[in-house]
Amino acid sequence: MNFLQDYTAISLLVGAALLMVALYFGRHPAQHAIISASRVAHNALRLSARAVKSTEALLRQRNRDVLLARGELEAETELEREFQRIQTILSRDLAGFPALQRKIADLVERVDVDYQSTVDVPPAPTAWIKAVETVAGLEDCAKDRMAGNVLGEIHKTLKRQQKEVLDDYRKQSARRHALLHRMAPRWRELSGYLRDVGRTVAGLPERAAMADRRMEEYEQIRRQSDKSLHKLSSSAMTQFFISLLVLLIAMGGAVINFNLIALPMSEMVGGGSYLGPFKTSNVAAMVIILVEAAMGLFLMEALRITRLFPLITMMDDRMRRRLGWIAFALLLTLAGVESALAFMRDRIAADNEALRQTLSGAEHLVRTGAYAWIPTAGQMVLGFILPFALTFVAIPLESFIHSARTVTGMILLGLVQITAWLLRVLGSLCLTLGKLTVALYDVLIFFPLWIECRLLVCKESRYVRIEPAVPASISEGDDQHDVFETCGAPSLTDSDGATKSA
Amino acid sequence: MRAIIRPPLFMRRLARFGLRPIRLAVLAATLLAAVALTGCPDTTSHAQAIYMLLDTSGTYQQELDKAQAIVHWLLARLQPGDSLAVGRIDTASFSEKDLLAKVTFDSRPSTVNDQKRAFLSALRAAVVNLNGSPYTDITGGILQAAEFIDETGAGRKTILVFSDMQEELKPGYERDFPMDLAGIRVVALNVTKLRNDQIDPRKYQQRLEEWRARVEQGGGSFLVVNDLERLERIFGE
Repeated sequence: MNFLQDYTAISLLVGAALLMVALYFGRHPAQHAIISASRVAHNALRLSARAVKSTEALLRQRNRDVLLARGELEAETELEREFQRIQTILSRDLAGFPALQRKIADLVERVDVDYQSTVDVPPAPTAWIKAVETVAGLEDCAKDRMAGNVLGEIHKTLKRQQKEVLDDYRKQSARRHALLHRMAPRWRELSGYLRDVGRTVAGLPERAAMADRRMEEYEQIRRQSDKSLHKLSSSAMTQFFISLLVLLIAMGGAVINFNLIALPMSEMVGGGSYLGPFKTSNVAAMVIILVEAAMGLFLMEALRITRLFPLITMMDDRMRRRLGWIAFALLLTLAGVESALAFMRDRIAADNEALRQTLSGAEHLVRTGAYAWIPTAGQMVLGFILPFALTFVAIPLESFIHSARTVTGMILLGLVQITAWLLRVLGSLCLTLGKLTVALYDVLIFFPLWIECRLLVCKESRYVRIEPAVPASISEGDDQHDVFETCGAPSLTDSDGATKSA
Repeated sequence: MRAIIRPPLFMRRLARFGLRPIRLAVLAATLLAAVALTGCPDTTSHAQAIYMLLDTSGTYQQELDKAQAIVHWLLARLQPGDSLAVGRIDTASFSEKDLLAKVTFDSRPSTVNDQKRAFLSALRAAVVNLNGSPYTDITGGILQAAEFIDETGAGRKTILVFSDMQEELKPGYERDFPMDLAGIRVVALNVTKLRNDQIDPRKYQQRLEEWRARVEQGGGSFLVVNDLERLERIFGE
């Protein structure tokens, strides 16, 4: 037994020695093969990385073009809207300015006439004063009864006239006051007109400043500046996530809608039939919801709120309005159908519940009063409202589609960059693995190599006197490559052109 | 100054037809999604047929309440298009007269509920008049059940055997032959242990193993459910 074990050990040792010798003699071709294979893999991977890099450049350019085209379109639309607003202000408010001016002039004229009418005319002095003074200045006037009578009469007449004049003055004053009172609303009207004009004129510079800003942005996009690109890409990202959030909310609504009509649909199309792995009733319910969404989309297109279909956008107004009405009618019909289905669902659910209670042996409770009709009415209202609510999905959908182009481009760009980096890393790894395999090969045949090295050193020492006897390269702590180089190891040139020894 | 990068030749050729890389990717993704969604046409029936066999031998007469509870549970979960039948195991079970109640549900849920109520009434009436039998012909019952559920053409076929699985045949009855139970699942429910089983449990195991061998030999599958709460898991597959 021991003999056998010894024999096996000896045979293994001999085998190892023979293998070492064989490996030593096949060293150069084997190492060249390893290095060549690693170089082939390295070069192939580097070429692939370069191809991917060129794709990256194409993709980057495409993203840039998409972003700029979209940004330019949006900026044009906004600018157009600003000019429309300014035009509206000018046509609506300032177009009526001549009429307003005429009104103001008319008012001013009337106010002026009224003002002229209120000019205070002092009462004329009576003509009797001088006559009285003359009569009073006569001698014996006091003795003269006749003069006294005259003066008395004059006095009476004067008093009467004074009273008449005073009354007339009071009437005139009252009339003037009435005129002035009538002028007050005209002043207020005039003030209002002037305020409106002022507001209109004050709004114009604001709109003009806004239009200037939009124009500035538009010009930056046209110039393809980095600032505008950054702004557009961040805007696209924001739009993408916002629209995605709204779409998810809408999907939640669609799921509720689906659950509302899936059960009663089985009453219409049969509960036991299947389309592939899906229940026909579920597919039908889903189709109804999708048709509603499509009708909502067409309605929004017809109203020019969204612009997903150029064909609808380019239609003449009459045809577009017809399309809108058709879409609305279909939507209304489907909403009515859904409402009826929701009612049916409530009835079926109640019947199922009654049967379940019968099967479980519990007493069947019948809903009465408000509890009976509130859930039914609620489901019917939901069934009617949800299709119209789904109509508004068109708005975030459009935003999502447009922003998704940019975001998808960015994600693809990132993936391409990562792929290129991975390919380069793998290429370098292949080259390093080749060198490592060569080094490990030399480790396996260390003994023949050592003998070869010793022989070479001895051979050189016959011609060159070496002091000290140990090779300088080894004593100075150089790596094995230098030693092998001196021992005639094959030199390896990597792809960078640097010479390495194996 | 923009660097002009020429795309590969095949890309340039595809671009002539308006197929740019991004569009190609979108087109491919759409086609894949369409294929994944439509898949291959599914021709298998999604309906299920259940036949429940009730052992009416002396010991099992007291267990009929449990059986009725199982029938109620089944009725609550069966869908439009499914079939349900309840038959009895007596001296000679391979007979239509042993069918206590049967129904194949309509496709409309509202009609299904009425059918379930009618089935329940029919079953209750039949159970009231049930008498115990001196012999237990389980094989005959299974053959009768297999015949019924094969005729329904359902995709999933189940035979529930509510019995102790101890077959006792009347002299002269031949039941020692292979059964054809291809695609049928036989479920032994509430298999009670007999007195002899308590003395030697190996008899109980041997009895069940024999039934398993017979059912599997006929192309079916056999399982035992003693905990009735496990039914949910069996029918929820």
